[in-house]
Amino acid sequence: MKKFLVAALAGVMAASMLFTGCGKKEESKVPDKIIVGTNAEFPPFEYMDNQKKPDGFDIAMIKEIGKRMNKKVEIQNMEFKSLIGAMESGSINSIIAGMTKTKEREQSVDFSDSYYTSNQAIILKKDSKITKLSQLSGKKIGVQEGTTGDIISSGEKFGEKNKTIVKKATVKRFKKGVDAVMDLKNGSIDAVVIDEKPAQEFVKNNSKKLKLVIDSAGAEYYCIALTKGNTAYKEEINKQIKAIKKDGTYDKLKAKYIDSVK
Amino acid sequence: MLDSFYKAFIAEQRYLLYLDGLKMTILVSVIAILIGVALGTILALMRLTAEQKGKSTLLSKIAYVYIDIIRGTPTLTQLMIMYFVILKGQGGLLVGSLTFGLNSAAYVAEIIRAGIQAVDQGQMEGGRSLGLSYTQTMKDIILPQAIKNILPALGNEFIVLIKETSILGYVSIVDLTKVSDFVISRIFQALAPLLGTALIYYLLVKVLTLGLNALERRLRQSDRR
Repeated sequence: MKKFLVAALAGVMAASMLFTGCGKKEESKVPDKIIVGTNAEFPPFEYMDNQKKPDGFDIAMIKEIGKRMNKKVEIQNMEFKSLIGAMESGSINSIIAGMTKTKEREQSVDFSDSYYTSNQAIILKKDSKITKLSQLSGKKIGVQEGTTGDIISSGEKFGEKNKTIVKKATVKRFKKGVDAVMDLKNGSIDAVVIDEKPAQEFVKNNSKKLKLVIDSAGAEYYCIALTKGNTAYKEEINKQIKAIKKDGTYDKLKAKYIDSVK
Repeated sequence: MLDSFYKAFIAEQRYLLYLDGLKMTILVSVIAILIGVALGTILALMRLTAEQKGKSTLLSKIAYVYIDIIRGTPTLTQLMIMYFVILKGQGGLLVGSLTFGLNSAAYVAEIIRAGIQAVDQGQMEGGRSLGLSYTQTMKDIILPQAIKNILPALGNEFIVLIKETSILGYVSIVDLTKVSDFVISRIFQALAPLLGTALIYYLLVKVLTLGLNALERRLRQSDRR
């Protein structure tokens, strides 16, 4: 009896391996459920609402896409730097987290068409004379770890021209943008480099002490990251982004979440 | 696999980053241990004044409140209060070693108090009846015996402290864990940096453990006579 059980178990295991093997070959299909990773520390794109649920422009966007594709959307909140790893391990199949398309990230994931263009903002104390990113060379800069602001401030090559913008700055990396802003208010750094929209939120809440400078040298394009190699899924998502932009839903969402921030 | 280890440690001389991070981890730990032991001893003696007098004293109350508050709040919260509120972003080493030193002192105090109280009551009575003062008995008779009781638990506390410094990154202090965070955010792979960091912490704790074991053996020599 025992031997029979062992043999049966072995058979089941072998069969299941076989089937998963088959599944891998047909990877390029739209998944049954959109399991999307985000980092809800990035207002107004993603943040925790008063009920401690993720909300924001990106979240509304992916929910709209899910609705149009007739798929369930499951949101997983995690640290920004863990997102790509989670995708590689297969625990999520999409990322919407104000993520910019970069060559490095493209080695690990596929990107949809851009759904939003963002500029980098420099948050400064009211009395600062800095007006553009390149003037931050040699200064102390606060950033949110792993974000574009971090990459630019750390003197890494960035953007279409693939050039270093800020040279030899001291970079302090925080888990959250708001921590960097607090450090700036405390006076231990000269500037915070972070995406434009969250920067506006931060400065709005500290308008007596802080100001904001936008530099187009830091412009970048937010895309939805998708499981690498799944072209069918990518095409479907691109189709939906296009449709959402065309029929005015995009502008409504943008008005609701982004333009209301002033 | 080999490629990701190359990216995590060799490429762009990243091993130098790990060395810097390790330096910060060790410096913070060592200074914190020194602060913790010094302040912890004082706190323990403050608490013991209650025993000497037979009722709670002002000193013992102060020590009790300090220990109560420190042990009752998360270290991360203490670290963020120290960084953002008290020291306002001044110097990572100062913030780190002060936070962990003050935190560790509370635990060390209780360890030392327990160690002292574990010494037989008769030792104190014996010392006093020989004409020694309370302080003399404490210094020459009780403490030397208490240290042997204390050492294993104290070693435990040091190990916990070293590993807990890994939260320094929350306030942008670049310790070993923060370096692995940084590398992960650049190479988009977690395995190699995390395994490497884990190994370095392990070795660090191993060295400390071996040192403490040797010290314990040395102290136990007198037991076998």
